Amino acid sequence: MIFQLILIFIMIILAVAAVIFKDLINAVVTCAAVSLITSILFYFLQAPDVAMAEAAIGAGLTTAIFIIAIKKTERYEK
Amino acid sequence: MRRIIGLIVLAVIAVGFILTFSQIPFGKDKIDVANYYIKKGIEETGAVNIVTSVVLNYRGFDTLGEITVLFIAALGLGAVLFVERKVQKRASDNQEDKTKNASLILRTGSHLLFPLILLFGAYIFVHGHLTPGGGFQGGAVIASGFLLMYLAFPKQSINKKSSSVVESLSGLVFVGIGLLGLVFSGYFLTNFLPKGIPNTLFSAGIIPIIYIAVGLKVGFELTGIIDDLLGRSR
Repeated sequence: MIFQLILIFIMIILAVAAVIFKDLINAVVTCAAVSLITSILFYFLQAPDVAMAEAAIGAGLTTAIFIIAIKKTERYEK
Repeated sequence: MRRIIGLIVLAVIAVGFILTFSQIPFGKDKIDVANYYIKKGIEETGAVNIVTSVVLNYRGFDTLGEITVLFIAALGLGAVLFVERKVQKRASDNQEDKTKNASLILRTGSHLLFPLILLFGAYIFVHGHLTPGGGFQGGAVIASGFLLMYLAFPKQSINKKSSSVVESLSGLVFVGIGLLGLVFSGYFLTNFLPKGIPNTLFSAGIIPIIYIAVGLKVGFELTGIIDDLLGRSR
């Protein structure tokens, strides 16, 4: 239970950091970390199916798609 | 002034949500539909994974709709990016050779990992009715394996024609099995094959066949989306 509370706390910090960062690559990586922690929490909530989908799509493919988009546009927020 | 009004509106919404959610009996033994699935699911569908029995048996038609949504999204992305690529092609003709190779570590590692990732994805969707996971998860794992190859080898791409053939065929298999159910038992997507013994690989009737089709379709569709975004196959 304490472990899950620590995870949720880290998740909130990362989510706020993703909004604050001006370098969009950093923001995308923190988003991926939030997804990863979400998938661990889903596993603790006994939903392994959702955890798998979250880890593969949220942390893997979405991050790649965001990074491709950043590579083709601009890296820094104005 | 506007901030204060915004805070008041937020507070009203929060109180509404709290009052609503406090009425819902979370974790209590009151939800009839879920109880029915948990108690009768294995007996009626033969699938040990209850999530799979709901997704493909009780709510199989919804899954077909979900796959159609994904297909239309991929189609729209391809249509939008195809127009852009035509314009870009002339501009980027002379910077063709600028794409560098990836580092040795990434190339060697992806050589080692790619077959294992494919095998793991296939394992997830073939065992969808026994263990957690299924077509969507396995397809996403396969697509992430292809993404690794795209990162490691910047000049190569998948064979777009054969991948779209596999994709369309697996979509047709899903609809075809649904229509066979209509022929044999009178309802679309009826489980007309024998259920078998639960907990074995060849059980649960049509569920493994549909999940294999869903896995291949989702995997190649997501790979196609990555390919479209990178704009590599000409």
